[in-house]
Amino acid sequence: MITMEEEEIYKENILDHYRNPHNTGELQDYSIRHRELNPLCGDQIELFVKVEGCRCSDVKFCGKGCAISQAATSMLTDKIKNKNIDELKKITQEEVVNMLGIPVGIVRLKCALLPLKTLQKGIIKWEKGELCQTN
Amino acid sequence: MLIKQTLDTKKIREDFPIFKQLTHNKPLIYLDNGATSQKPVQVIDAMNRFYNEYNSNVHRGVYKISELATHAYEEAHRKTADFIKAEFEEVIFTKGTTESLNLLAYTLGRTLKQGDEIVLSQMEHHSNLVPWQQLAKQKGLALKFIRITKDYKLDMAHAREIITPKTKIVSIVHVSNVLGTINPVKELAALAHKNGALFVIDGAQSIQHLPINVKELDCDFFAFSGHKMLGPTGIGVLYGKRHLLEHMEPFLYGGDMISEVQFEHSTWNELPWKFEAGTPNITEAIGLAAAIDYLKEINMEHIKEYEEELTTYALETLSNIKGVRVYGPTEAGDRGSVIAFNVEGIHPHDVSTILDREGIAVRGGHHCAMPLMNLLGVTGTVRASFSFYNTTEEIDKLAQAIKKAQEVFK
Ligand SMILES: Cc1ncc(COP(=O)(O)O)c(C=O)c1O
Repeated sequence: MITMEEEEIYKENILDHYRNPHNTGELQDYSIRHRELNPLCGDQIELFVKVEGCRCSDVKFCGKGCAISQAATSMLTDKIKNKNIDELKKITQEEVVNMLGIPVGIVRLKCALLPLKTLQKGIIKWEKGELCQTN
Repeated sequence: MLIKQTLDTKKIREDFPIFKQLTHNKPLIYLDNGATSQKPVQVIDAMNRFYNEYNSNVHRGVYKISELATHAYEEAHRKTADFIKAEFEEVIFTKGTTESLNLLAYTLGRTLKQGDEIVLSQMEHHSNLVPWQQLAKQKGLALKFIRITKDYKLDMAHAREIITPKTKIVSIVHVSNVLGTINPVKELAALAHKNGALFVIDGAQSIQHLPINVKELDCDFFAFSGHKMLGPTGIGVLYGKRHLLEHMEPFLYGGDMISEVQFEHSTWNELPWKFEAGTPNITEAIGLAAAIDYLKEINMEHIKEYEEELTTYALETLSNIKGVRVYGPTEAGDRGSVIAFNVEGIHPHDVSTILDREGIAVRGGHHCAMPLMNLLGVTGTVRASFSFYNTTEEIDKLAQAIKKAQEVFK
């Protein structure tokens, strides 16, 4: 028997994204490549973004970690495809939490926000013209 | 399996106000004692009494309440010394194990020179690794690590190989905060001393579970934290052999630690005050003393016995759940009451979140032992760590909740 409270956090769509994440793998032809860690859980996400014009034309990620961080990355990569880079810089933490649609406490918030952090730090590196390799 | 039940946990639990409330509408099952212990009302009251009745600074005023405070603060040193069978002068209050170990790395480090070696183990907490690692970098010292065997114990043959006359310090965790392994510290002390090295014990996970006699262990230093042994945060202890402390330079400088100060020159106060600069954590020291009184009342031998029964029960219960893998020695006698495990296919943080919803507090993550996690080939584990106020019913609930997690992630 699963109680209401549990259902709230491990909703079926979170588990679906976790079991079958979208956009996994590496891009050979990337503009941005950035990796971030969450030392708390040992979550890791490496993001590959292809920028064409000012647009994110493709995105893939490699990651391992908890259901929340991996599902959040899967959902975020879906969301950012074909969006303008300037738009991506403006994605807020609240938007990511809303996208997940589950109550995340202060500790698990770090897991949920890891993909956003990876994306936005990667964009900053790219804008500075830094070599977009693994950090 | 039935256990003997050496302690009256029902009565004991009444002393802990935190167990009277609910979490997620369920009774709190607190299995994160490795991180910090809960506090009995006796400890909370002792600290409140200080603030309500005789709050003042120590070693300064000659008025009544300051004398009471000074007496209570010194009494806390005396009780702590007595608890570990040390002398009064040998007990220094710090803010915790981490500070105690940093104090050692800083002060002992001054006497080391390039090429000297420090020996640690592969199962150290970051706080008994990073201070030595940074010291080694600054001074060009070599760091060596005693390997772990397949059954999660220290490889003593390897220890005998790497502890040599070049070794100046051997610093080892008494009970691993991940594997639970109880390390053979007496044997290691003898090995270190034979080679002319100092022997340091990180006792953060042993002080609350085993009777400690520093003279019998023959360690040169022993570090622990008050908050893991029913006391408050912000107070910890460094025990050191008197003749060693006498010859060591102070760690922090300032008030209280001096004997005489001139503009160009100062001399140091006597032990232990030489190592306690500034206004100390008086309230917390008083809380620690109350915690020690409480532990003594229950009796450390009985605590050890009861927790061993509890650990045996938990090991058996967990190993009966399909898909659960326990890390650490298999015999309860070889280990403290810390059990790290993973549930196949579920990240430790997801396990912890589901357990939390059942009112069960466990820790998930790397437990401040990242190199050890790498060695185990995992990014983290779940960890249940027990204290004498935990019960077999709570362990049954833990097992049920793990099965629930397996259902959610099926
Ligand atoms: C084995 C070990 N050493 C050191 C520490 C550090 O203790 P504190 O954080 O109280 O300084 C801990 C606490 O987690 C520990 O388990």
